[in-house]
Amino acid sequence: MGVGIDVEHLNAWYGSTHTLQDINLNIPANHATALIGPSGCGKSTFVRCLNRMHETNPIARATGVVKMGEVDIYMDASPVEIRRRVGMVFQRPNPFPTMSIYDNVASGLKLNGFRNKAILDETVERSLKAAALWEEVKDDLKKKSGASLSGGQQQRMCIARALAVDPEVLLMDEPASALDPVSTSKIEDLIFQLKSQYTIVIVTHNMQQAARVAENTGFFLNGKMVEFSSTDMIFTNPKDKRTEDYITGRFG
Amino acid sequence: MSIEREPESSMPVSATTPQMDPSTPSAKATPLQAPAILNFVSAAETVAEERAPSPIREYLSTCGNGAFADRTFATVMLICALSIFAIVLFIFIILVARSRPSLAQFGFSFFTRSAWDPVSGDFGALPFIFGTLATSLLALAMAVPLALGVAVFLTELCPAKLRAPISFLTELLAAIPSVVYGLWAVFVLVPIMRDQLGPFLYKILGWTGFFEGSNFGVGLLTASIILAIMILPIISSITRDIMLAVPTSQREAVLALGATRWEMIRTGVLRNARIGIVGAIILGLGRALGETMAVTMVIGNHPDISKSLFAPGYTLASVIANEFSEATGDMYLSALIEIGLALFIVTIIVNAIARALVWAVTRGAPARVH
Amino acid sequence: MNFQTRRMRANSMRRYVVNNLVTGLAMLSTVLVVAPLVAILVYLIYKGASSLNLAFFTQIPAPVGEVGGGMANSIVGSAIVLALASSMGIPVGIAAGVYLAEYGRGKALAMAIRFTADVLNGIPSIVMGIAAYSLIVMRQMHFSAFSGGVALAIMMVPTITRTTEEMLATVPHSIREAALGLGVPKWRTVISVSLRTASPGIITGCMLAFARVAGETAPLLFTAFGNQFWSFKLNEPIAALPLQIYVYAISPYDEWHRLAWAGALVLIVMIMVSVTLVRIYAGRGVLKGAS
Repeated sequence: MGVGIDVEHLNAWYGSTHTLQDINLNIPANHATALIGPSGCGKSTFVRCLNRMHETNPIARATGVVKMGEVDIYMDASPVEIRRRVGMVFQRPNPFPTMSIYDNVASGLKLNGFRNKAILDETVERSLKAAALWEEVKDDLKKKSGASLSGGQQQRMCIARALAVDPEVLLMDEPASALDPVSTSKIEDLIFQLKSQYTIVIVTHNMQQAARVAENTGFFLNGKMVEFSSTDMIFTNPKDKRTEDYITGRFG
Repeated sequence: MSIEREPESSMPVSATTPQMDPSTPSAKATPLQAPAILNFVSAAETVAEERAPSPIREYLSTCGNGAFADRTFATVMLICALSIFAIVLFIFIILVARSRPSLAQFGFSFFTRSAWDPVSGDFGALPFIFGTLATSLLALAMAVPLALGVAVFLTELCPAKLRAPISFLTELLAAIPSVVYGLWAVFVLVPIMRDQLGPFLYKILGWTGFFEGSNFGVGLLTASIILAIMILPIISSITRDIMLAVPTSQREAVLALGATRWEMIRTGVLRNARIGIVGAIILGLGRALGETMAVTMVIGNHPDISKSLFAPGYTLASVIANEFSEATGDMYLSALIEIGLALFIVTIIVNAIARALVWAVTRGAPARVH
Repeated sequence: MNFQTRRMRANSMRRYVVNNLVTGLAMLSTVLVVAPLVAILVYLIYKGASSLNLAFFTQIPAPVGEVGGGMANSIVGSAIVLALASSMGIPVGIAAGVYLAEYGRGKALAMAIRFTADVLNGIPSIVMGIAAYSLIVMRQMHFSAFSGGVALAIMMVPTITRTTEEMLATVPHSIREAALGLGVPKWRTVISVSLRTASPGIITGCMLAFARVAGETAPLLFTAFGNQFWSFKLNEPIAALPLQIYVYAISPYDEWHRLAWAGALVLIVMIMVSVTLVRIYAGRGVLKGAS
């Protein structure tokens, strides 16, 4: 089950660059929210603030309030705890090269000391099924290395890996941008099925993708969130002219 | 430390709720659900049908965030890293402490006097400084042209297939231990010097006055030769690193002007790499200054200062190697330790300068370990 | 042909002659450099191979003047001292490398440590020996395998630190992020992801440091000191292969010279094998030709 996220007055910096300026928004639980905008507008930085990955960069800084349910993720919890509740799928698949498929998917649990083999087996199977990868790899789980799969399969395995720790929120930073169209559509189908169980935030530069999978969409521009509403509204009746310009392809 | 999770309040209800237009025609041809505002209302209901609390979530929320382990681990790593400073500091402190008697007795003139009489307790290190400098500089003079030649050959002129085997061979040269070089020098180089090379040099270059006196095969020249062979690999390999760090665009620019291969190397590569190559040479010097075993075995071990290259000599490192274990008396021991201290300081300075020069050219590309 | 063209012709001919001359010189220097290596190896095999019999590997040296005996105690002694040195130097070196790569990126402290490690690598090994002597042998009033191990360990640390750091730097940042993003604490990420991925290269770096100190004599001259008999105690003087080769080489006895050659051959073979293994890994691009 997912939780919603409230963001209030979020500002973020990389060194002296003010990457995010006063972001305020509410991400509803159990829905898919898309974030669109031209390159460099801060969408990736924004989602990285949601699971406190932003601060892994030594010159990064953030202020503001981000609440997951009732929990202020910066004040009330440690980064490690938050990242177990908020999963992330990155732009390029990043499987662990020295681990098998099984170990990759189970890594979130095994690296945190989880030992129960029966539950691990079941979790790996469940996650791979949820990521629509089970049928393709079920015979090679422990034999093949995670890095030996194709790009699309790797990304689905990374999704399975993220799902295995049973997060409440799933962040996806342009998950299909490095993949071919067939893999992309498989992943979009996935998102469609997953969003009833998790809160999903997906960053995409592909507006059609946003329209296909997300109920709500936010438009980022130059570090500010210009508009946030239902995907319908954004694409058919945007309130802000900048949104309209972007949607109709005048820039970006 | 577990997190309090209250699923009931996961519903965002605030004034900044995204603008919803209730009149949005839901009949728009999208596969999405009906107008968003309904989703917000129904979110409260869907939350109630939560899945049973999963054992995974339970485990993860109780297994601790590892903050203590993180801090401890980071601290241990830091301490080990700082140990490198500690090693240098500790060596310096202990050498100073143990050489205090000698420092007090002779002061700085220790390094300007020629005396080495353990019986009467009179010590002056000038002969060793002479021996060290003479052999090192002579070795450099022989090694540098060859090392540069090899470096130029391997980076610019060598056919690709030969490159790996030949550079591997030069690296093997660096791997041979000093004592093996010494062994070979004693039984092969010394007879050659005594029987063939020495007389030959005397015949050709005797007029210079550098080849006087009896030639037993051991002496400054033999030590310099074996030293040259030993420092060759490091000069050559660092020079190669530096030459490889020069961007191809520099080479291409010169070639485009119609230069020959050599001219391209000279102006496009070597000129840019000048500073770094000087650094490589100084690194070789540093290695030569401290080289102990092979030099000890062929230098003759006589604290003399002489003009002839055939004469026996003594280096700072050799006198320590030879006499340390037999040193009786505090003054004797502390004099030897003071020599060690001098060696330590000099090689640190030389190496620091050399590394700085090399770094300036390779610009922080991680240095291969040499 | 006018004057201009004639001079240009002569000039360009001169340039090509110079070019070929320099190419020839470069090739000559390469030959001159490789020749001593080949000469030494060949001579070693020639002088030493015949003495490599079972007795050599199983017996201790015979009394002076007698024929026979071996260097078994030196081989075992070397192994003991090296094991001591490795047990101290490898963990500290790897930890320092981990700090530089995972915690110190971009910090001035890390740069200073890196620089100091490089400078440490250039300090003569005899100075390390004196330092270990002053610290341990003088206090304990006797030579020991332990002090020899310390002297060698100090030499291993900077080498292993730099190679570990270099290898960890090749681990792509994206997989570190993957682990962190799963809620794995940083220390666990370093061990199970960074170190695990870089481990082939790190092991290679350790082998390199090992091979380097295996041949060192000077630091052992007044720490381990050498021993004509079997010795397994860490608190007593112990024989070591390079040390024994030195003693035999400068002695006046032919029999000992014979043993010195054999010992040198054994030492060289061991080191060459390590260096070659490193080179094989380097061929895979893991460790770029560390010498």
